[in-house]
Amino acid sequence: MNVAVGAGPDVDTRLRVYRMMLEARRFEEFAHQLFLEGLVKGTSHLGIGQEAVAAGFAAAMRADDLTFCTYRGHNHTLLRGAPPGRLMSELLGRSEGVCGGKGGSMHLTWAPTGAMGSYAIVGAHLPIAVGSAWAAVERGTGQVAVCFFGDGATNIGAFHEALNLAVVWDLPVVFVCENNLYMEYTPIGSVTAVERPAADRAAAYGLEGLLVDGNDPDAMYETASDVIARARAGGGPSLVEAVTYRHGGHSRADPGTYRPDEEVRQWLARDPIPMYRARLAGAGASEERLEEVDQSVEAWIEAAVEEAKAAPEPTVDSIATEVWADGGSRWRN
Amino acid sequence: MAELITYREAVARALAQEMERDDTVYLIGEDVAAAGGVFKTTPGLLERFGERRVRDTPISEEAIIGAVMGAAMNGLRPVAEIMFSDFLATCWDLVANQIAKTRYMTDGQVALPLVIRTANGGGVRFGAQHSQSLENWAMSVPGLKVVAPSTPRDVIALMAASVRDPDPVIFFEHKGLFASRGEVPDGELVGRLGEASVVRSGSDATILALAAMVPKALQAAHELSARGIEATVVDLRCLVPLDTRTILSTVAETGRVFTVEENPRLCGWGAEVVSIIAEEAFYDLDSPVVRITTDHIPLPASDILEDATIPSVARIVDTVIRSLD
Ligand SMILES: Cc1ncc(C[n+]2csc(CCOP(=O)(O)OP(=O)(O)O)c2C)c(N)n1
Ligand SMILES: [Mg+2]
Repeated sequence: MNVAVGAGPDVDTRLRVYRMMLEARRFEEFAHQLFLEGLVKGTSHLGIGQEAVAAGFAAAMRADDLTFCTYRGHNHTLLRGAPPGRLMSELLGRSEGVCGGKGGSMHLTWAPTGAMGSYAIVGAHLPIAVGSAWAAVERGTGQVAVCFFGDGATNIGAFHEALNLAVVWDLPVVFVCENNLYMEYTPIGSVTAVERPAADRAAAYGLEGLLVDGNDPDAMYETASDVIARARAGGGPSLVEAVTYRHGGHSRADPGTYRPDEEVRQWLARDPIPMYRARLAGAGASEERLEEVDQSVEAWIEAAVEEAKAAPEPTVDSIATEVWADGGSRWRN
Repeated sequence: MAELITYREAVARALAQEMERDDTVYLIGEDVAAAGGVFKTTPGLLERFGERRVRDTPISEEAIIGAVMGAAMNGLRPVAEIMFSDFLATCWDLVANQIAKTRYMTDGQVALPLVIRTANGGGVRFGAQHSQSLENWAMSVPGLKVVAPSTPRDVIALMAASVRDPDPVIFFEHKGLFASRGEVPDGELVGRLGEASVVRSGSDATILALAAMVPKALQAAHELSARGIEATVVDLRCLVPLDTRTILSTVAETGRVFTVEENPRLCGWGAEVVSIIAEEAFYDLDSPVVRITTDHIPLPASDILEDATIPSVARIVDTVIRSLD
């Protein structure tokens, strides 16, 4: 990995990042549990194992920065400030869900804190993030747009169009490829012309190819801080490839059996959460403080799950609302 | 005071009117800035509003449409040009899956006040990939407003309405009309989306038309008049929202309806309009509704073939006379 990690962030920041990862992990474990109970329907794509990317970036972003992510975006939306009970309610299709039950797992959005959407057509959100960064420059807001996508997205046209335009217009946008080695079932390496699907393409757009250990929260946080600061200072876009791994299958229909046992075992041994907890314990965070975080996240997730379970079902009169800005759906007089 | 200007001049005038009024209105697209547009619909805007607000893009339709979507989410009211409407196929994900659905999927959290302008339609011998009339693509997707003006005045009034509209609008400018002239009044001009215009009144038949088919329908009505048939001609102007009230009231007056559609037959806008008439005005009808459309074929390039394909004045006249016999 070519990004060096220095002494690392201070203990308070690290504890914050640890807490964020744990929140994302527990949120998704419960989302899975509620699916098994028949309460979460449809599909969902868990980011369990990839939390260091989401937490490292979210911790480094400014409150008004903008996040764009994929259908594997529970963690990003949560960590950018979506209320957990309402986020879980959305997975349950309830009316108090963040999208009123109209979005579902693949479209989680919480615009009030800059979680500008989860996009389920591979690659679509890269140019959208570019546009939001363009508006940030024109309006002088100082915002940075951060766009997360999978390794598979590097082979779709929108990736290349977005990178080129972002560089040509010199926009404050950070592209973050979460390279979890697989698309749905097919290894990215078997369908890609270069070894590093994002980093090796950076040179084509005059960018540095930043390759980071996506299971190392400190490396993610420091990389994020660097590229975001550069973007905010007018230094233009960056492309980061964070190498990581999803513990489970692509979606919940997928047991992930196409992956070699040994590979899975090695990556599970590099689970970012226990690794980070151990690192923090050896770097000045007392067991007491870590324990406090663990317990408080337990209480936090229980409250969120209770809230979601108790949330009302949507009523059918919401079906035809919010197609248009007038709140309705009329297309004729 | 009124002035005679071309349809293409009206585009630049409309954009200038809105950019002058609101400094969050931006224009991007291929060749729109320095070159003034490949159809010369945007000359002078770069000089007047500067290179930040009028900007050339790479040939990246997904990036262009993604950029206006993201910008609209973050405080601008951007206008994108897609050079030929046929090219919408290259960025249809952004248009149909993203822009059209975002407000609904986020339950109103994200508004997208943006306009996608595009040169549409045939009659210019460009062949099947640069001549399509694609209003029905946009019309079939919930969440998009669809505008297709036929006169310079409506270009200005409806462009202003589209830029000011809080929802995404696909604005079809007809290539075959760019050189046509019409009167526009002095001063600011702002129309309303969803209002059809009854451009001629007659009691024997209603002819519903859009964009370049409007002048043809008017010419046909003129020739029919010489043969004792008086037709009402309605310029729909907007497909979404659709002014069904005007359509149904003219049907009630004439009892006979013809659509004139430049699009290929299947699922053209007329099919939807006719089904509304059948459901809601069946007993007002004195004869079957007739759709006059392009055949269900890709458009040929040769002038002889193209002219025989797109509905012509003669075909409208003949069809109406035969149906009324
Ligand atoms: C344009 C498009 N093609 C195909 C799909 C189906 N699909 C959904 S997720 C996925 C795999 C994407 O892999 P990657 O980008 O690596 O993201 P990951 O799921 O690993 O996070 C595919 C093929 C899609 N949603 N959109
Ligand atoms: Mg992947």
